[in-house]
Amino acid sequence: MPAVNETLETVQSVTQGTYKWGFETDIEMEFAPKGLNEDIIRFISRKKGEPEWLLEWRLRAFKAWQAMSEPRWAAVKYPPIDYQDAYYYAAPKRRPKSLDEVDPELLKTYAKLGIPLKEQEWLAGVTTSPDGTARAPVAVDAVFDSVSVATTFKERLEKDGIIFCSISEAVREHPELVRRYLGSVVPPADNFYSALNSAVFTDGSFVYIPKGVRCPMELSTYFRINAKSTGQFERTLIIAEAGSHVSYLEGCTAPMRDENQLHAAVVELVAHDEATIKYSTVQNWYPGDAEGRGGIYNFVTKRGACRGARSKISWTQVETGSAITWKYPSCILQGPDSVGEFYSVAITNNFQQADTGTKMIHLGPRTRSTIISKGISAGHGQNTYRGLVRISPKAVGARNFTQCDSLLIGDRCGAHTVPYIENRCMSAKVEHEATTSRIAEDQLFYCRSRGLSEEDAVGLIVNGFCREVLKELPMEFAVEAQKLLQISLEGSVG
Amino acid sequence: MNVVTHKAGAAGFLHRFEGLRERLPGGRLPWLAALRDGAAEAFRAQGFPTRRVEAWKYTDLAPVAEAGFDEPLTAVDDAMDLPPPLAGARAVFVDGRFRPDLSSLGGLPFAAASVAHGLDALEGRLGALARPAEEPMAALNTMLFEDGLLLDLPEDADGGVLELLSLATASERPAAFHPRHLVRLARGARLTLIETATAPEGARYLHNPVFEIAVAEDARLTHGRLQQEAPRAFQLSTVYARVAAGGTYDNFTLNAGGRLVRNEIHVALVGPRAACHMNGAQLLVGEQHADTTTALEHAAPSCTSRQTYNTVLMGRSRGVFQGRILVRQAAQKTDGYQMNRALLLSPEAEMDSKPQLEIYADDVKCSHGATVGELDPEQVFYLRSRGIPEGRARAMLVEAFLHEAVEGVTDEPLRRALDAAVAGWWARQEEGLAA
Repeated sequence: MPAVNETLETVQSVTQGTYKWGFETDIEMEFAPKGLNEDIIRFISRKKGEPEWLLEWRLRAFKAWQAMSEPRWAAVKYPPIDYQDAYYYAAPKRRPKSLDEVDPELLKTYAKLGIPLKEQEWLAGVTTSPDGTARAPVAVDAVFDSVSVATTFKERLEKDGIIFCSISEAVREHPELVRRYLGSVVPPADNFYSALNSAVFTDGSFVYIPKGVRCPMELSTYFRINAKSTGQFERTLIIAEAGSHVSYLEGCTAPMRDENQLHAAVVELVAHDEATIKYSTVQNWYPGDAEGRGGIYNFVTKRGACRGARSKISWTQVETGSAITWKYPSCILQGPDSVGEFYSVAITNNFQQADTGTKMIHLGPRTRSTIISKGISAGHGQNTYRGLVRISPKAVGARNFTQCDSLLIGDRCGAHTVPYIENRCMSAKVEHEATTSRIAEDQLFYCRSRGLSEEDAVGLIVNGFCREVLKELPMEFAVEAQKLLQISLEGSVG
Repeated sequence: MNVVTHKAGAAGFLHRFEGLRERLPGGRLPWLAALRDGAAEAFRAQGFPTRRVEAWKYTDLAPVAEAGFDEPLTAVDDAMDLPPPLAGARAVFVDGRFRPDLSSLGGLPFAAASVAHGLDALEGRLGALARPAEEPMAALNTMLFEDGLLLDLPEDADGGVLELLSLATASERPAAFHPRHLVRLARGARLTLIETATAPEGARYLHNPVFEIAVAEDARLTHGRLQQEAPRAFQLSTVYARVAAGGTYDNFTLNAGGRLVRNEIHVALVGPRAACHMNGAQLLVGEQHADTTTALEHAAPSCTSRQTYNTVLMGRSRGVFQGRILVRQAAQKTDGYQMNRALLLSPEAEMDSKPQLEIYADDVKCSHGATVGELDPEQVFYLRSRGIPEGRARAMLVEAFLHEAVEGVTDEPLRRALDAAVAGWWARQEEGLAA
């Protein structure tokens, strides 16, 4: 019955089949018992050999979390989460001492994901990726479920005094830096998920760029949720000293499962005088199937503090995955003349829901911020931009420009825009504009008359729609992101 | 002697309702008693909303909740000073009660009457649009309203211009009144309704009107609102309008008076090709707080909506604009536009703005824009380079900004009234600045 098989294949290719990162790696894991209580937090802390102050810090966060309730203001719907029905610690049993000892299964996993962990390949000269394009070296910290499994190019970076390691390692090797900055941008009790993260975070990346250093390569973390019934709670801390510069990339995937898994990360950035941090994310967690079963709940707190004069923090995000995204990468613009930027593309297809945006808090004089948000809704997807621009009385001459555009594909989806503008400074200027529309018939017709299939035409138009954001991504990420946009929208037209 | 207890906040109003329940107009009508009881329940549950309630994020009702209010006195003051009429026909309300003796409604081609006297026939109509469960101020109104203006325009009637004058009197204790106005335009009817709310300088009161407006097929209502309440007064108004196929509802609101003012407008476009224009200007000085909140629902295909709100802020005033456009799935071919601008003329003023789009249909064209800032230095420079002194240049730009909001008003009598109000306001500010 070849015809039947063919039909089945076709159906699969336009539904689950499109998430090619959905495989599961069979690897020996070590779990903490299920559930969440003080003993689990002590267990995590002990496992990681943490100092007493950090354990106390976690326990305080846990106390605060217990007194808090889940935020309900976002335009997302999901059944209640049972926080006791998950593992809060899952780590591969074999812990490598060096890159050579990394479990071959893990290397295979990351190779399959297109993430190179073997430095020798890089060091051998120009490496080509599977599609034949040349790639510049990128230092990678790979986080597998709860722990960091490998960090590449450490020695090269150490030459410049740059610290790039897992946060667990940073706690051991550079406790004074961690203690000084951890929670200084996102206090543990900032919100429900940041409190949960502070209590149970297991790993993440730590970056320290010394004074005046321009980081010679892109730094990257690759997050992978693999184990069942686990949550991932990573913590990233990036500190850029005066006059330094760093570009950081973050990518993420997870296996396909019917259950929903929680990912509640906290990212803190600190930029001192004239430092620049560029933070790019391509978020491709498993979005659930075409009926809305399974997928990751991506409840993330990301915030950067421009502490120094003329410092700059730029967030770029391409959000294609996750069943639910709840994420507002923000900038606190304290230093005079500091700059905050937020460039975002968020796609929701099938039953995905995204409530994402940014906060620009202008405190210092002549601070500037730019917000460009592109939301694309298809299928039954619901996509909300939610953002805050707040100008305090001292932010003399501050400036904000915001543009939010939404694109609707199909008549079952929704696109929403909820900006909050609070201006308490006469000399500040705030501008906001938002549009919502669908793909114009004449654009589609033009592409179709040039021989493009409907899907390719939509892909092309969507890429054009997102161009302002995609051009902010580091080159090779931009290529990935463009492909991802197209894949995410498969099955949404025709 | 009328002894009133001054229980503050929501409890005071609920207490008054318990005491007056039987004696309120229509107290013996079971449907109305049930409506009032339901509203009281809703108000008991919600009370005066705090800023934790999303719809009230930027407006704190504590000054209202903390003030004690009395019933307005029924004493008739024959020597009332009425402002000159804007048009021929005028309905006058004093402290929320209809005053036929002061009104001139003769010879109108439609029925204009007091709600209090027509309650027998209002079952199913009064309360058809207001939503006490969602809007606590509408709950308060439903619970305690005594009177209002009842307008009924028959098919194809041209109602011309009607003025609705709402006056408050100065009394020792602040009074609260909650008029409920019902306006209905049958197919093809037209009317310009200009509402003026004002009071003597020293008056303190809460004016809490609710409008329920039904615009039938191809009918057109132009609704102008000149809010010039006394400087220490509160006005919390809620307008509900429902527009059928081909109908038009235009609302222009000028917020210039009052200590704390909220102008909340809910418009539902329920038939194809219905249209709505909502424009407004907020002119704020001193400690004034004015909030314009609009909720526009596109529920049918091919409807159009336009909104422009301009706010000028001086002194320590605070302006709020919240505008929500909801496009339902059936509302294909929707064309929606919203713009709000604010001019900060004082370092202590604050403007909060929350435009909001919520869209469930794909074949739509919706956009909104918002700007907040001071006068454009380049524009000032341009005028100065033409030999205009700085002060005059700034004044010209502010005037232009104010008139921009009025520009969209095509109705002549309304336009004249607005122009006069805006010019008068600005002249007073200039005087103040010069002094």
